[in-house]
Amino acid sequence: MGESPAVQTMAVRTLQEIDQEQVLTSDWGGGRSPFGVSWAKFMMWIFLASDALTFAGLLSGYGVARLHSGNWPRQGEIFNLWVVATMTFILICSSATMAMAVGSARRGDRAAAVRFLALTILGGLSFLGMQAYEWTNFILEGARLTTNPWGVPLFSATFFVITGFHGGHVTSGVLYLLGVTIRALRGRYSAEGVEIAGLYWHFVDLVWVFIFTLLYLI
Amino acid sequence: MEGAGHGGYKIYILTWFWLLVITALEVSITLVHMPKMLMASLLILLALMKVALIAAYFMHLRFERLSLVYVAVTPLVFAAILFFALVPDATRLPGLR
Repeated sequence: MGESPAVQTMAVRTLQEIDQEQVLTSDWGGGRSPFGVSWAKFMMWIFLASDALTFAGLLSGYGVARLHSGNWPRQGEIFNLWVVATMTFILICSSATMAMAVGSARRGDRAAAVRFLALTILGGLSFLGMQAYEWTNFILEGARLTTNPWGVPLFSATFFVITGFHGGHVTSGVLYLLGVTIRALRGRYSAEGVEIAGLYWHFVDLVWVFIFTLLYLI
Repeated sequence: MEGAGHGGYKIYILTWFWLLVITALEVSITLVHMPKMLMASLLILLALMKVALIAAYFMHLRFERLSLVYVAVTPLVFAAILFFALVPDATRLPGLR
């Protein structure tokens, strides 16, 4: 009651300051990084989330096409399951070597990082080689994008589109890793740069898990 | 937790090992004769386990903030909704032709 206007203004200002301080220190107030990662890594995660939705769309389309047509060809009799299992094995191993490359880069062991990156690229190239072999066999058996000898046109259409889209991702992954490796050889690289490339590579492996299960096994 | 996320190859080798074990399990399931629905559900369950392993340990999602985990997982929930919304149409239309 007895406070002077000057004291009141000061009290108000202090409250505003306290308020602003609380906003800035809260997670979403703008004063902090709510995701706790750098912008580059966050952008890669955003890209992967959207890319995952692209693959989810393709695989949902495949699921609908397959449920819709009563007689889907038996993939086990058309594809060599052992070749596909080996491709899966190679991709999992390349993901492991990629994780090792990230670990080495974080420790500052450049030589080991380059070695593991080279192994990862080798794994990616072997995967692509085996996929080319598989596509060649499939095409020689008469499969085309819109027709195939097994009577369900969507069988080869979904196969070519989905595995082709994934193969494209592996190809760009190999080029991406090649770039990172060359930079690492020249000493112009950061551990985080390797880690972000790793995120992309693991994502390609992650998508293959679904493709392997849904297109070949089920 | 921090120690497991930064450096240390052991966690990667362990993840790699379990991924291979699950893959071998998946391939052997297709060789065993069993009802189609049971096989499909088992295979999808194993695939989800593999995906969780890759995301959590290879992609370090287990050692990131929960908000980043939400960024990665939320779209997949919508993807699942997309698929399950389409299933009734896919299974009903053949009977209408």
